[in-house]
Amino acid sequence: MAVHAIFFYFFSIVAVISAIMVTVSKNTVHSVFFLILDFISISCLFIMIGAEFLGMIMLIVYVGAVAVLFLFVVMMLNVAQQKNQWFNSKENSGHIPIGLIISTIIFFELIIVVGGWKYKPELLNPNTTQLSNEISNTHSLGQVLYTDYIHVFQISGMILLVAMIGAIVLTYRRRVEVKTQNYFKQISRERSEGIDVLEVSSNKGVKIDD
Amino acid sequence: MTDIGLGHYLTLGAVIFSIGVIGIFLNRKNIIVILMSIELILLAVNINLVSFSIYLGDLTGQVFTLFILTVAAAEAAIGLAIIVVYYRNAGTIRVEEIDKLKG
Repeated sequence: MAVHAIFFYFFSIVAVISAIMVTVSKNTVHSVFFLILDFISISCLFIMIGAEFLGMIMLIVYVGAVAVLFLFVVMMLNVAQQKNQWFNSKENSGHIPIGLIISTIIFFELIIVVGGWKYKPELLNPNTTQLSNEISNTHSLGQVLYTDYIHVFQISGMILLVAMIGAIVLTYRRRVEVKTQNYFKQISRERSEGIDVLEVSSNKGVKIDD
Repeated sequence: MTDIGLGHYLTLGAVIFSIGVIGIFLNRKNIIVILMSIELILLAVNINLVSFSIYLGDLTGQVFTLFILTVAAAEAAIGLAIIVVYYRNAGTIRVEEIDKLKG
């Protein structure tokens, strides 16, 4: 149990420190790297407490896709070297103490929720889908994901499709000065509009370039 | 102290959630860091759901974490697309200079 505690404290301290560094670091690229470190620590925590599938999916989705997307946008927009103006911004910086107060209030509310959970242990009776020790985490997730939650699963696929189409539509830019292929025009060419059969009389030649 | 329970994981989730909220409020730099703070908040929610799911022996929390992951990925893609379009039109994504809707 002590090893569990050591690993928990190590990963959680790394996660908290990197979460702080995401918000305070001067360079946006560094923020993205600390975000990656944060996701890796949290997925290690997930694997440690027995949710292996979600830990691996977090690695694939966040580190492999979302963080790379962030890096791509940061480097494409050339905003990485902008100066961080946290506390020296003169005008309209009045929301900083309000933000601190609201964050502290949210934190203490969540801590109160944790404390209240400790005093009502009879809530700990599972009701719907049991975790079993015989089959692995991935196996049990697959057993409920494609049977009980199939409609939600399909809807999440639709959400991904809509997001993909939306991102393409938002960033698509039609360029007018670039010559591109028109596939429909190419395919629908007929023989009659491509070929002219001419009668060539001798010693005259044909004018073909008009 | 060495007995790690549900409370430890929930406290970790609360700490990361609060850091995300602080990041949204205090950011003066660019709007990409605000999107990253939103990702941190969703991560804290995922920590809560997974730890409850493990400690209650109920698989529903992990299923919902999967769907939250999906929505977070879609949200990041759409948000970054909007940021790219805004940068192309306005030339800046600094938070204090984005005031076109101010009227």
